[in-house]
Amino acid sequence: MATVIELPIETYASEVEPDWCPGCGDFGVLRALEIAAGRLGIKPEDLMIVSGIGCSSNLPGFIHAYGVHSLHGRAVAVATGIKLANHDLNVVITGGDGDGYGIGLGHFIHAMRRNLDLTYIVMNNQIYGLTTGQASPTTMKEVRTKSTPLGNFELPINPIALALVSGATYVARGFSGENKHLADLFAGAIAHKGFSLVDVFSPCVTYNKINTYEYFRKRNYKLDVESGYDATKVELALQKSFEWGDRIPIGVFYENQQPTYEDQEVALSNGPLVKQKLGLNKETFDELVEEFM
Amino acid sequence: MEKKRDVTIGIGGAAGDGLDKSGDTIAKTCSRLGLYVSAYNSYQSVIRGGHIWLRVRIAEKKVSSHGDHLNVLIALNQDTIERHAREVEPGGAVIYNSDKLTCDSVLIGNQVLPVPLPVKAITKSFGRLQPIMQNTVALGALLYLLGLDFDMAASVLADTFKHKGEAVVEQNVRVVRAGYDYARDISVPLGYEWDYTRIRRPFITGNEAFALGAVAAGCKFYSAYPMTPASSVLHWMAAHGAKCGVVVKQCEDELAVVNIAIGAGHAGVRAMCGTSGGGFALMTEAIGEAGMIEAPVVIIEVQRGGPSTGIPTKTEQADLNQVFGASQGDYPRVIIAPTDTTDCYYTAVEAHNLAEKYQLPVTIISDLLLSEHPETIEADALRHDVPIERGEIISDWSPEKGQFKRYAFTRSGVSPRALPGTVGAMYVAATDEHDEEGVVISDVFTTPPVRRKIQEKRMRKLDKVLQELTPPKLEGPPDAEVTLIGWGSTKGVIGEAIALLAAQGITANHLQVKYLHPFHAKEVSEMLRGMKRTFCVECNYTGQFARHLRAETGFGVNDLILKYDGEPFEPHHIVEQLRGILEDRPRSTDVTLEEAREMGYHYVRVHLADKVRPGKIEKIDESEYGEPLWQIEMVSRDGGEKRGNLSIGAATGSTYSWQAVKALTADAG
Repeated sequence: MATVIELPIETYASEVEPDWCPGCGDFGVLRALEIAAGRLGIKPEDLMIVSGIGCSSNLPGFIHAYGVHSLHGRAVAVATGIKLANHDLNVVITGGDGDGYGIGLGHFIHAMRRNLDLTYIVMNNQIYGLTTGQASPTTMKEVRTKSTPLGNFELPINPIALALVSGATYVARGFSGENKHLADLFAGAIAHKGFSLVDVFSPCVTYNKINTYEYFRKRNYKLDVESGYDATKVELALQKSFEWGDRIPIGVFYENQQPTYEDQEVALSNGPLVKQKLGLNKETFDELVEEFM
Repeated sequence: MEKKRDVTIGIGGAAGDGLDKSGDTIAKTCSRLGLYVSAYNSYQSVIRGGHIWLRVRIAEKKVSSHGDHLNVLIALNQDTIERHAREVEPGGAVIYNSDKLTCDSVLIGNQVLPVPLPVKAITKSFGRLQPIMQNTVALGALLYLLGLDFDMAASVLADTFKHKGEAVVEQNVRVVRAGYDYARDISVPLGYEWDYTRIRRPFITGNEAFALGAVAAGCKFYSAYPMTPASSVLHWMAAHGAKCGVVVKQCEDELAVVNIAIGAGHAGVRAMCGTSGGGFALMTEAIGEAGMIEAPVVIIEVQRGGPSTGIPTKTEQADLNQVFGASQGDYPRVIIAPTDTTDCYYTAVEAHNLAEKYQLPVTIISDLLLSEHPETIEADALRHDVPIERGEIISDWSPEKGQFKRYAFTRSGVSPRALPGTVGAMYVAATDEHDEEGVVISDVFTTPPVRRKIQEKRMRKLDKVLQELTPPKLEGPPDAEVTLIGWGSTKGVIGEAIALLAAQGITANHLQVKYLHPFHAKEVSEMLRGMKRTFCVECNYTGQFARHLRAETGFGVNDLILKYDGEPFEPHHIVEQLRGILEDRPRSTDVTLEEAREMGYHYVRVHLADKVRPGKIEKIDESEYGEPLWQIEMVSRDGGEKRGNLSIGAATGSTYSWQAVKALTADAG
């Protein structure tokens, strides 16, 4: 295996300043992503960041790498196409809870059961920020938002549990207030061969006055230092995924090696599709036409 | 008497009767003999039951539609005899299993030969056979009656059943022989004569041609969600993906299908996806995305009858408005409607070239008729060495040149592309409005002049596209009495209608449009302004293309020739409607006798458990419903005994009453 030459985080510095609100959790996510990419020595040209729509989906514009800022809810699908076309690229999907767990939920689940080698970072602020504060799929019960003035009475999505039952092979949760820990999770996720989800508590300082930095600092604890926790056991992970209240676990819930989609796709066995020769030779073509005779 | 060299065979039965296999054997046999075949299957979306009506036309010269004749009927059930025996033309024959079916002489014309086959007796020596072998006996009789080469049929059967082993092949061939010999003993051939060139030619559908063309053009990625009538592209691709190095991805929905294809296209792989109208509706937002981020992608939209779920197994051309209306905003795209099977192959090639050269989405709009009917095409029609034109792709970018401008404001509107992975050229492809470098200008930095210039840059790519596309040509004499205008799949049938009109003393010319967007407005406008009387022929209710033509050229056609019952035009449909208009007879939407019979069959299936069938049908002018009625006598399936009367409004088509003959209602209901 080639030695990794670490790259400084300036490698990924973009000239464009993020337009997030001061104090937004997404700053911490961007920083942690740059640290993780640098640690893994991923060159900017080999890094592809795909996002959907939302505050957090603006992230590709603020990092020096290739990026696609796709449609609302479609980032996972676009990233799937990119990965299948060129699996030499490190493809990281970044987006929010509305984008991934609301309008894009179907793609999220199916990508996990395919175990594509993709890393999905969800900046979960439990609110629709860009559209100025409506309830999101992860807004907790009874929380009042612009669209739930009497209190939300729907259950929030449990992304960790969903990922575990859908076949994701690296499932983690981080907090943008814990940058070093978050960078470790990202590095683990990107290095992992298979579908990785990192759900990140990334507080919205403008529209969510409940799930604040303070809220998570009080409750978060790390699974990796929890005695008796074994991230290779899916049953334990599932149990932990339901823990919510005074104590909320962060860290790697589950990690497991399974063959990736790319490993199993015959058409990719000769290397990335994008590097294959186009068209058919006469012999193959004649064989194909012969089937119609 | 002159020998006949063009025959249409109709095979009717229930889904599950295996008639598609019989049709395939006939078609392949004739195609291998060097004859031209065109087939059309009016099938229904059921696995078993339902009425299937397959027509196979065979001719020495290239045929461009399944035509509107019926010369030989192979009936696999009684309904087929009742429904279609009347349509058999003089000199033809009706072949049926006389163990199970009867063919009343009133159902067939004087010069039509009934060919009853006592299947059990004919196949006695083979022991117990599967019911489906009645088709094989009929096939043998057909070969004899049409004077077709027995040995070629045997070799086709050998190929078809090779995987089932020698014994199965041998039995099939012997059963065909038994049918052939029996027909020879009781009858004489129908007077056909064939010049077998034995030139090998592909017998292929439009969907297969799309798939093959795409792969020849370097398509490496195909995604789809199962949807009739586009699924056969997926099936061909899936079966040949490994051989051709194509990743074939069945997705969770069409949102994924198109976005995955766009992702692949963006990353530098020639990518295509396919669907029908309903799936296309889900894709529309992303087609605008491809326009905005300037990603090449090819989408095949195979129309079926709409609206909504509509009629999945029937044809229509009513998604044109949808394809034009796809996605919000103005964005550059190309829309192509191929006009025949060979054209499907080259349209797929052209679509991939246009998509990459101009970095935009290309939609190919087809329909069930074109996509699913198989036909013999010319031996040299498909070339493997098609042009592959990828446009400008840069391989590296040095930092001295400054920031790479993915969306550089060039004169042509086409900006050099850097594929992800290219050193030094990092950029973001954003669906938000952006500047030359790809930096988003949608929120904080909205800048009207930048927005104006990038919108102009994107849109002017279409000027170049239009210059590259071949304008449509007027076929036939410019001073003809009538001009027929069609788009897409109707080219062949309009051509045949024009030949019929000529035989009736009406001269016609023909404009078939393939490139729908961008549109050759100037050329078409000039061409049509000199025409005497123009008709737009379309398989839809509102004349969607005629409206598009008017929007693009200001030219309004004189009249519309439309059809929207799910079945494709046959030449006589066009001629009849056209003559009606010329003779100032407004088109009647009344229910015809044939339609009344079909409506009777529908009533029987829904309400009477298929226990009776329509018998005598007559029109009653005076009725209490304020319109004339079709009175359909329902008779028992076995004895033809009267079971009741069904009355259907001749104008509205409403089913007004069912009156059962009392004593027999119990087993009929």
